[in-house]
Amino acid sequence: MAIAIGERAPDFDLPATDGRRHALASGSPAATVVYWTCNHCPYALAWHERLIDVARDYAERRVRVLAINSNDSERYPADSFEAMRDRLEREGGWPNPYLFDESQEVAAEWGAERTPDVYVLDSELRLRYRGAPDADYDDPSQRAGWLRDALDAVLEGRDPERAETEPVGCTIKWR
Amino acid sequence: MTREAMKATGLDPDSIEVLEIDNDESAEREGFVGSPTIRVEGRDLQPPAAGQPTGLSCRVYRRRDGRTSPLPDPEDLREALRAATVG
Repeated sequence: MAIAIGERAPDFDLPATDGRRHALASGSPAATVVYWTCNHCPYALAWHERLIDVARDYAERRVRVLAINSNDSERYPADSFEAMRDRLEREGGWPNPYLFDESQEVAAEWGAERTPDVYVLDSELRLRYRGAPDADYDDPSQRAGWLRDALDAVLEGRDPERAETEPVGCTIKWR
Repeated sequence: MTREAMKATGLDPDSIEVLEIDNDESAEREGFVGSPTIRVEGRDLQPPAAGQPTGLSCRVYRRRDGRTSPLPDPEDLREALRAATVG
């Protein structure tokens, strides 16, 4: 099952590396970015800095950013909750929480497929963009441009010109 | 990418041997630490660290400029191929 553009995103309440739980329906952000990522996928790693730059750059505009790892951590220990915490400590923290979807139910409910897989929601938590951060994992100068375009549109009350793109990356590692 | 590098170094791209690894047993048997793995004359382009677990996973490469990538640096590949032809 996947959520369609315009549809309200299903809620979740997941633990994060910061020791807290984070629910989707929390606070009153102007927009929310939810992206699937993990520790071991080279595509997720290649786009990582661009994604956390977006979290930093849009924080003042009341954009909430949540990263989720849903990979099977038994077969992929590099993606375990402990490994997530170690990574955050090693990297000195991220501007956005890093959530663990151990049951994989959230990924399944949202229809997330890859790492990264990016979702932009408006203030009513309706899906406005889903796909890749930008056109090329190998080109940092693209600065997650598709994601930024979608966020700018949502923050200005417009429909994103590009509402869907093909997510590019490793498949989520299902049990 | 490998075919292009083979052509660029005067080698026959049709001589590439492709091995599909689709289960944990074959990954362990072949010492496969992730996809894609490229070996030139049996030697891994970026030999994995000792003890790195085998398995069906994506592989992380380091480019020459330090960036992370799902593919090796093309120059690393060409260099390995050139070395193989000289050797």
